[in-house]
Amino acid sequence: MEQFEFILDFEKPLRDLEKQLRALETVSRENRVDVQSEIDSILEKIEATKRTIYKNLTPWQKVQIARHPKRLYSLDYIRSLINNFQELHGDRRFRDDPAMICGTGRLEGHPVTVIAQQKGRKTKHKILRNFGMPHPEGYRKALRCMEMAEKFGIPILCLIDTAGAAPGIGSEERHVAEAIAVNIRQMSRLEVPIIAAVIGEGGSGGALGIGVADKVLVFENSYYATISPEGCAAILWKDRTHAKDAAEAMKLDAQELIKFGVADEIVEEPLGGTHRDPEKSVENLRDAILRNLQDLKGQDTDTLLENRYQKYRNIGVYLEAENFESASRIG
Amino acid sequence: MPLFSKPKYSTVTVKKKDIPQGLWTKDPITGDLIYNKELEQNLLVAPKSGYHFPMDAPTRIESLLDEGTFKEWDAELTSVDPLSFKDKKAYSDRLDTYRKKTKLTDAVISGSGNILDLPVEISVMDFRFIGASMGAVVGEKITRSIERATDRKVPCVTICASGGARMQEGILSLMQMAKTSAALARLAKAKLPYLSVLTNPTYAGVMASFASLGDLIIAEPGALIGFAGARVIKETTKEELPKGFQTAEFLLEHGLIDQIVPRQELRDRLKTFFSVLWSAEQAG
Repeated sequence: MEQFEFILDFEKPLRDLEKQLRALETVSRENRVDVQSEIDSILEKIEATKRTIYKNLTPWQKVQIARHPKRLYSLDYIRSLINNFQELHGDRRFRDDPAMICGTGRLEGHPVTVIAQQKGRKTKHKILRNFGMPHPEGYRKALRCMEMAEKFGIPILCLIDTAGAAPGIGSEERHVAEAIAVNIRQMSRLEVPIIAAVIGEGGSGGALGIGVADKVLVFENSYYATISPEGCAAILWKDRTHAKDAAEAMKLDAQELIKFGVADEIVEEPLGGTHRDPEKSVENLRDAILRNLQDLKGQDTDTLLENRYQKYRNIGVYLEAENFESASRIG
Repeated sequence: MPLFSKPKYSTVTVKKKDIPQGLWTKDPITGDLIYNKELEQNLLVAPKSGYHFPMDAPTRIESLLDEGTFKEWDAELTSVDPLSFKDKKAYSDRLDTYRKKTKLTDAVISGSGNILDLPVEISVMDFRFIGASMGAVVGEKITRSIERATDRKVPCVTICASGGARMQEGILSLMQMAKTSAALARLAKAKLPYLSVLTNPTYAGVMASFASLGDLIIAEPGALIGFAGARVIKETTKEELPKGFQTAEFLLEHGLIDQIVPRQELRDRLKTFFSVLWSAEQAG
């Protein structure tokens, strides 16, 4: 049984059961008594509790799972999915941004260019990766690698996992907004298939800066939003502690993303999140990518680009009153 | 005489709403009192200090376009509440409040018109309407404006001011960044000029999409422009912000914008640029 160093509030009943289980196992070992029936009953309870907790997650709980420190990060997927991955460094303008990983390799034989946001697990790595928040350099590196992919006809795979682009003086001085804007525009017309997967956090423009794609996959417990729930709460509720309410109101989870046409497919997660069964999580992502890649590779470039344009063109709900007289075109 | 011809449904009003009540307005830099008539004649720029007061969209259109040439498009587009969003207040109520307060249907007015005889497609954002945040209506109107420019083969211009994406429309607002930027890619492919004018303030999702994508990027003096707000940066990074941080002048020095153009010169400057980058033979 897995031992947690990090427990989310709503996972506590599970932790308590798991503690009981470990205690029983110790007792059984040390005193050589047979407590198998008790163990079985707790195991059963654990499974039932898991289902109760994880099958009914609230949006805020999903956000917490998306940010879970043990959640699989981009490199975990890259290491398992991509053969002979060669990381490419630097934006050729200013520096290399370790929060954005770019490189080439093969996915089940298909050449791919990978663009991925990377968080760190230990303090040292968290700092190195700037908590997964890229600077303008990261977006510019991503663009140069994507343009190279286009040149050589290689499909692009983007793994999104960021709370947002890095806020800061350097980011502003080097125009992170412009870097993101240019990526968005260029990605809309790159003449190769693009698949993006939100594997954890899809934080705002920082996510979209590598997120314009033919197919957008979202992991079951990931989220994608215009602003962090905390940020939204700070502005609209004037109080960051209302993040839970904001998360509810923002409709940021996978099912909603599908409903709004922002995402195309949900990647299933093991109960409780990707870290509960890394191999299964990797396999689920691999299957989804391969299926979509086959499909996209079959499309000619014009169709691909037109479909991509229309996909974004059609997102958004508004009312266009029919009883209004429409103006005639000039010229 | 009508200032511009408009369809019956047009919501454009030419009344200047942003001028504080009364006869006089205080210059926030010099402290001088300026006679409101004089301020209006000076396009809401303080005569001595050059301070640019905010300008609403109808006034901006009136100040930029040739008399009688402006034709508003897509005024019938209104925001709905796709998320049934409610914070302290319901989004639908908020929309109602702002519609009444500003007499606008949403945060942008777009249309066709001439600037010193040059045809353009123009979108003007109005900060009074929920901080000119970009939801589906703003995104759609700006995209249609860009597409009209592409169809008509005329230059396109946006006068930007925005706090960013409209949170109350959730992820749909973020995707407007992709929609507008993709339309600009097609405009660029058609080799038609796009000019982005940044006014105070232009931030976040708008800055990280069409506002940053101009062939030329122009800013008004003193305008605050950026991705993250200064307060957020200070709180997150604990950095001491440099003097003049995120002002148009700071961004000119740091290489983002082509020129800072005072409001009184904007009309002439737009004409100058477009007449070099575009010729009437291109028009469809």
